[in-house]
This record gives sequence, structure tokens and C-alpha cells, in this order.
Amino acid sequence: MNCLGVEQFPDYKVPGVQHVDFSPYESNGGSIVAIAGEDFVVIAADTRLSSGYSIHSRDQSKLFKMSPKTVLGSTGCWCDTLSLTGLVKVRMQMYEHTHMKTMSTDAVAQMLSIVMYNRRFFPYYVSNILAGLDKDGKGAVYSYDPIGHCERATYRAGGTAGALLQPVLDNQIGYKNQNLPADQLPPLTKERAVAVASDTFISAAERDIYTGDSVLINIITKDGVEERKLQLRKD
Amino acid sequence: MFRNQYDSDVTVWSPQGRLHQVEYAVAAVKLGTATVGLKNRDYAVLVALSKPPSELSASQRKLIPIDDHLGISIAGITADARVLSKYLRSECLSYKHSYESAFPVSRLITNLGNKMQTTTQRYDRRPYGVGLLIAGYDEKGPHIYQVEPSANFFNCVAMTIGSRSQSARTYLERNLSDFINCSKDEIICHGIHAIRSSLPNDELLSKDEGASQLNITIAIVGKDQPFKILNEEENIFYLNMAKKRGASNIISKPEGDDDDNSSPGDEPEPSTRRDPLVAVATMENQ
Amino acid sequence: MMNNSFAQPMWSNGPSPGQFYNFMGGNAPTQLPRELTTAGPFGTKHSTAAITTGSSVVGIKFDGGVLVAADTLVSYGSLARYQDIQRVFKINNNILLGGSGDFADIQSIKRNIDQKMIEDQCYNDGVIMKPGELASWLTRVLYNRRSRMNPLYIDVVVGGVDETGKPFLGNVDMRGRAYNDYVVATGFGRHLALPLVRERKPKDRDFTFEEATNLIRESMKVLYYRDTRSIPQYTVGICTAADCSIKGPFKVEENWTFAETVKGY
Repeated sequence: MNCLGVEQFPDYKVPGVQHVDFSPYESNGGSIVAIAGEDFVVIAADTRLSSGYSIHSRDQSKLFKMSPKTVLGSTGCWCDTLSLTGLVKVRMQMYEHTHMKTMSTDAVAQMLSIVMYNRRFFPYYVSNILAGLDKDGKGAVYSYDPIGHCERATYRAGGTAGALLQPVLDNQIGYKNQNLPADQLPPLTKERAVAVASDTFISAAERDIYTGDSVLINIITKDGVEERKLQLRKD
Repeated sequence: MFRNQYDSDVTVWSPQGRLHQVEYAVAAVKLGTATVGLKNRDYAVLVALSKPPSELSASQRKLIPIDDHLGISIAGITADARVLSKYLRSECLSYKHSYESAFPVSRLITNLGNKMQTTTQRYDRRPYGVGLLIAGYDEKGPHIYQVEPSANFFNCVAMTIGSRSQSARTYLERNLSDFINCSKDEIICHGIHAIRSSLPNDELLSKDEGASQLNITIAIVGKDQPFKILNEEENIFYLNMAKKRGASNIISKPEGDDDDNSSPGDEPEPSTRRDPLVAVATMENQ
Repeated sequence: MMNNSFAQPMWSNGPSPGQFYNFMGGNAPTQLPRELTTAGPFGTKHSTAAITTGSSVVGIKFDGGVLVAADTLVSYGSLARYQDIQRVFKINNNILLGGSGDFADIQSIKRNIDQKMIEDQCYNDGVIMKPGELASWLTRVLYNRRSRMNPLYIDVVVGGVDETGKPFLGNVDMRGRAYNDYVVATGFGRHLALPLVRERKPKDRDFTFEEATNLIRESMKVLYYRDTRSIPQYTVGICTAADCSIKGPFKVEENWTFAETVKGY
């Protein structure tokens, strides 16, 4: 078989060259928070793109507007994010052409799961959160693991500070383990959702070096997507 | 059964240097209802007349969106148009996926022309039996292209294809110089006027009251305007505007229809040769 | 199917001698390019390190255009092997490309890009590629290669202006990670030049051409002083709506008079 004997050549050895095994993955950081309300949904993501200790960009949006009612937040390995969102956009346009209508949030959610599971054995290394209005106009949040597990929730945090932020949301949005009667709990308004989302990012920027610079907040209602921006710590 | 002895295959030449099968395919365009395409400085507009093939059926779709910057209107065999539109869509989509930008219209049409040409040069194929008007917008501005089953394509200022399109063509020729400086509303109205002139007189009269019954579909694409097929409301709005604007503009029907001006025989009739027909409004004439 | 690699098909998509016609119409599965399919007895291992390397590239956007700079050194490990090689390229009248990483891979991708520019010209329709389109195309190509575990070891800066004259500046790395910003840098420039430029950025406006050129000069100086894989000679590409060209080579203003006062080693 080895008639050429190629494998007998030693590896290239160059003095001073740094030999690193190639890894197709890289963590580029970033966090996402999404909160669904009765007739709205808020999704926020920071704008820092980094790897290791260097910050590549301080102004990189991680929110992708997929349709007038659906926004996808995606962090993790940035090249996988770009690839995945590019692919989903193509699939959505194909759907729009064949069915003569825009894909619903629920349909995008299901498709995203399938597209990600297709790469089960070489996954997209991303943390996705999909936010949008469902068929009934209610706020919907879907969260994913890198291989395509999909779950609908009312609020979710993801990305490098996901584990840091989720308990805050459990407390402030889910009102978990609070001994207050239901009527004394403040209702979830759009303003409160935005305020909580902003606060979680301000907190995350204190402790997570991959989260910071600024946070982009998208508020999706039946009237469209409103965008807001809030400055965060830049260190 | 043969109309002459040189049309047994697409690949057979007649002694006059004509490909009869290809010419027959070109004639298929005239079986479809009329459609008009025209443009001003910033917009390209398609107007199509859709008539149900029978009392019992709905009318066929005449306008097909391809991408955000491009759409087509068709006349001829709808099934063939579907195949072509599928090709155009996948080309645009894969271009957008690689380059994150819109496929330049002229290049897309060149590729389409190359694809269609192969069918006119192989004995085991038949030409596509459909004519297309393509409205697109890219960095070079708005475009109207006409594509024939013969795989010829023309870059036009205004063009019309389909049955009885001669009258619409007359209208376009008459108003050609106005188009470039038109407003968006005016260019749509010009399109409606042109297509109305291709309606038979009796239909025009009987259906004039209910504007929506005209079965006109309108699409627009242009600067900051993704390709859009107007909805019922907007349709009525523009039909009414067109009516107000220029009842005077509706020209009288010319005597002869162009429905069958292609010669079936092989007699040398240079006057009816299809090739140089696009005298109306190609960019070359500007 | 029998693998008779010497027999060519009798016509395109047709059967090879002694083979059956496969009725696939025009949709015969196309073969992958050779560099993606060469298989060893136990699978394939691709190159895992850059051999001849270029160091930093620095790009800065200003009002009306971009500047892209890189020194003219291509190293072989720690050896300063090729000292007069331009690493900033003019791609067309709208695009500049600065390449760092494995220089052979840069040359390879450059050949591909040049071929695309020729195709652009062949259409003769006045449409030419824009920097944003090239950057997007590069992400697709590089992502594909990394997904096959056969990456091009490069880190490139794409700069230029679009058809409206709006400047574009972006970075694509060997995995296909891409982003745009008003300043991008690769290699040591990421650690040394980026902070230097970001510090001077006015909040409310873009850099002027003057400021951008000064920052490039400053960055290349710092890079020469601190990056061991650099030399005091660099070229600068400038791209505006009016002009797209490579300037230089320029010399870094060296000053080593402080050296005699340095003690302790």
C-alpha cells in the first residue's frame, strides 16, 4: 500500500516555528438574554467579539433578524454562527418562495433544530436563542444546545455568561421560590423586561471577560422590531 | 402534417438559414396573455394581464418573485416558466449565500440565456416555450430584460410580450421618451395604460367599471424597494389613478393583431422574420 | 464501479472505455478537487502548521477610504528568510487585501481571487467585486476548508470601498471567522496596534486621512520595535473612491540611541 513511502518522511521541522494542532473551534464569547411576554418578546446580546484575551471587535451584533417577527441570537464559535445563520437565511427564503408566506417563528425554531442536528458529529459550536412572536402573537423564546436540542421557554440566558445570568432571570422573571401571593408580583411589562435584561448584562460585564462593550436590545412586537443600545463596561 | 420539410428537429436548418422549431417555440409566447415591463430612473415595473384559461379555473400566476431585487413575468407555457424560475431562484440564492449581495441582473440573464441556448442546439431537447420579462434592480440601476425561447435576450427600456401585445407596444413606443423622468406612480400608470390598450375593445368596455376585474397584476422593484407584487388594495388604487390620469391615453385598437405573423411556410419572407423584431425600446436604441 | 483511472470518459459525462453509461443527465456527481480527496491508507492528515509566515497586517478606516499596511518580511520559522515581499495586494479598483499567516496559502488564495477578477473583466459589464463580497466569499471558502480539517493557515484583512464610495474594512481568519470594524489587525498587531489605534479614536467621527496615516506609521514603528518577526520596511495600500494603489516601501524611523542606557541583561 505504501509504495510511495510518503509516511516515512519526518514532519516538517523548522526551528522556531510554533507547532499547534489545528482546532476547528474557537470560543469568541458573548451572551444572550431573551424574555417573552404576552404580546412581545425582548432579546438582548452584547457586542463584544473576542478570543482568549484579545477583543477583535467591540461593535459586533450577535442578533440576526430572520423575519419581521423572528430574531435569532447566536454566540460561541463565530465562524459557526456566520455559517449557521447564513444557511438558515437561505432555507427561509426557499420556504418563502415555495409556500408564498414568511416562515413562522415556530417553524424557524423547528428547522433550526434539524439543521443543527444534521451536524451531530461535527457540531456547530454555538449557543442559540431564538425569539419571536408565535402564530397567536404571543412572545416565544426557544433555546438550543450545540447539537440541536430545542426547548421553548419564557425566558432564557445563553452564551459565556449564561450560567451567570439564568439564576437572575429565575428570580426576577420566573419569581422562583418567592413567598409572595401571585397578585403582589409585578406583572411582566415590556419596560420591566427591558430593564431586567439590561441589568443582567450590566452585572455580567462585571464578572465575565467575554461580555461587555455594549448591549443591543431588540423588542419584537406586532408592529415590528425596535432596537435599543446600551453601553457596558469596556474593560 | 408537417408545415414544411425542414422543421422535423430543432437542429435542422432550412435552406433560408432558419430554425423552424425554434421559431415555433418563439410563437408559443404569443399564446400567453400580455405583459408589459418598463422602467424609469429608479424603478422597474411589470404589469401583467391574467385571464383564467376557462370559466371554471382561476387565473394563472403571471408574476414570479425570484429574489429581493428581481422578479419575472411570463407569457407562454407556465410549466416551463416554473423550471426557469426555479433555476433563477437557486442561482440568486447561492450567489447571495456566497457574496452577501444581489446577483447582478445582466450576469444572471447571461447565464439564463446560456442555459436556454443549449436546448436550441440539441436534437434531444426542446426550447423553453415561454417568454420572460425580467424586472431587476442592482448597482447599475433598474433593468428590464426580455428573454425569448430562442435564448435571445434584450436589455430594454420598455417591452411587452404575449397575445395582442402589439397595441401595448404601440403605446410604449409613443410614450418612450417620457418614461425615464417619470415618477414612481406615473410609471405604474403608464404600464397599466399600455396593458389596457392590449385588451379587446369589448372587454375593455364591459369590465371598465370594476377596476379590479381587469385582472391586472402589478409588481415593482427599485431603489430601496424590494421586488413586490402589489396587493388588491394597491392594485385598485393604481388602476383608479391610471383611469383618472389618462382616459385620453387609451388608444384605439390598431387594425391587425400580431397573433400569427410568423410565417408557417418556408417561403422567403424577410419582413416577418423574428430576429430583428425588438425595435421598440432596447437599450441599444437609446 | 471499477477504478480505471487512466481511461478518460469518451465525452464529457459519458462512459469511460469499458464502462457503462451512467444515466445521470447533467447531474453527474462532480468529483471533489484533488486537494480535498487525497487519502492515505489510514485517512489523511493535513498540514498542521504554517511554514513560511508573514506577521502583522494593520488596517485602518478613515472618512472616505481605508489604509492597509504590512511589513515586507516573510519568515521561515525564526529565520528572516524573504525580506522584500509585498503582503498588501491590490485586488481591483475597489479592494485591498493584506495577508498574514502561511504565505504559500496566501499566494494560493490570491491566485483564486485574481482568477475571479479576470472573470469579472470578461463579463465586460462594468460590475466589479466589492470588498464586502470578497470578505463574504473568503469566509465561505475558509470555513469550508476548516470544516474538512484542511485549513488555509491565513489571517487576512480585506479593505476597500463599495460602489457608493463607502469604506469597508474587515478581517477573515483561517476558520472563516469574520467581522468588520474601523480598525483591524492580525498577528502581533492585534496586541500592539489595536489598542494604540482604538485609544485615538474620536467618539463622534471617523479618522481623517491624516490621522490614519500617522497611526499606521506609529503602529508599524511599534510593531518593528516589539515584534521579533518583523523588519523596518513596510508597504501601505490605500483605497478611496478615487484611487486604489500600493505605496512604498517605506522605512520605519528607527532610533536605537536608548539602547546603550539599557542595563541588566
